[in-house]
Amino acid sequence: MMGDFLGLSDNVWIIIFAAIITYFTRVSGHLILSRFDTIHPRVEAGLNAVPAAVVTAIVVPAVLTGGWAEIITVIIAVIASLRLSMMKVFFMGWVLIIALRSIGL
Amino acid sequence: MSENSSQFMQGMRDGFPVVIAAAPFGMLFGTLAIENGLTISEAVFMSTIVFAGASQMVGIELFGQDIAPWLILLSIFAVNFRHVLYSATLGRYFEHMPKSHQALAFFFMTDPQFASAEQRGESGIKVTFAWYMGMALPLYFAWIVEAWIGAVFGSLITNTEALGITFLLSIYFLALLMSFRGRSLFVPVVATSALTSSIAYLTLGSPWHVSVGAVFGILVAACWPARYRKEPKS
Repeated sequence: MMGDFLGLSDNVWIIIFAAIITYFTRVSGHLILSRFDTIHPRVEAGLNAVPAAVVTAIVVPAVLTGGWAEIITVIIAVIASLRLSMMKVFFMGWVLIIALRSIGL
Repeated sequence: MSENSSQFMQGMRDGFPVVIAAAPFGMLFGTLAIENGLTISEAVFMSTIVFAGASQMVGIELFGQDIAPWLILLSIFAVNFRHVLYSATLGRYFEHMPKSHQALAFFFMTDPQFASAEQRGESGIKVTFAWYMGMALPLYFAWIVEAWIGAVFGSLITNTEALGITFLLSIYFLALLMSFRGRSLFVPVVATSALTSSIAYLTLGSPWHVSVGAVFGILVAACWPARYRKEPKS
């Protein structure tokens, strides 16, 4: 895989195409949706669910593979976020995970 | 202070936790890139023009093996497919921006950027270009510098476990997730997404669990009988 094209290595070409593909995914949803004047209620409902669905999926492995320190931090962070601002929950969670890990949980 | 610069500052404040939380991943990418045969400048170049953590990790993992380039690119597309959904969702809050600003904003649309902007838009605050870039730019430049640090000093950054930094991104996303709890169908969507992404994580592995969990959560919302849906509050 060590060919050259226009003086750039294969790796560089792959990176360039990776960037183009990534940018394409980042604009295409909007480009497709903005072609329609009205959005079907089911599509609308699906789109409204995107943040919760994706963020849940991102967090899952941390809970799934975590030990007691991680699980306790998650539970307390969820309860705290019912009352506290996001930033406060974040820093509280940080202190908590360090504390719990330092006592060996 | 002008309206734009105060918006920009607010964006920087909102993005600050992410800059901290993403740092180990940015450096890890640099380190792994070198281990998989990329040069330092290639690693930095990739972070600069791709700027998408999960797909960069998948990409370099495949670089290390003898895999056809189109297969690498297909994998990157698959991992980044969730951006199509982000873009469709978030684009609705971009309508007021000039096209050139929209085009630029979409380049910087990472997971935390999307979720914070969504949260802002949902709570009725205008998602301004200044706020958006205030959050995006520090993250972006940190991400580039981190790739370089990771590539050059790879062996120095092996123990981030004790400081809990690798867990910070999860806490950040968790706090963000809870801020969406007022949305209609929050519980069924989260429950479905949690269950299906867990199964995908244990069977297919990371990072596929994200797309699988997202798709099932969205399908549940789309298929939910309309009469049981709460009216969106806006």
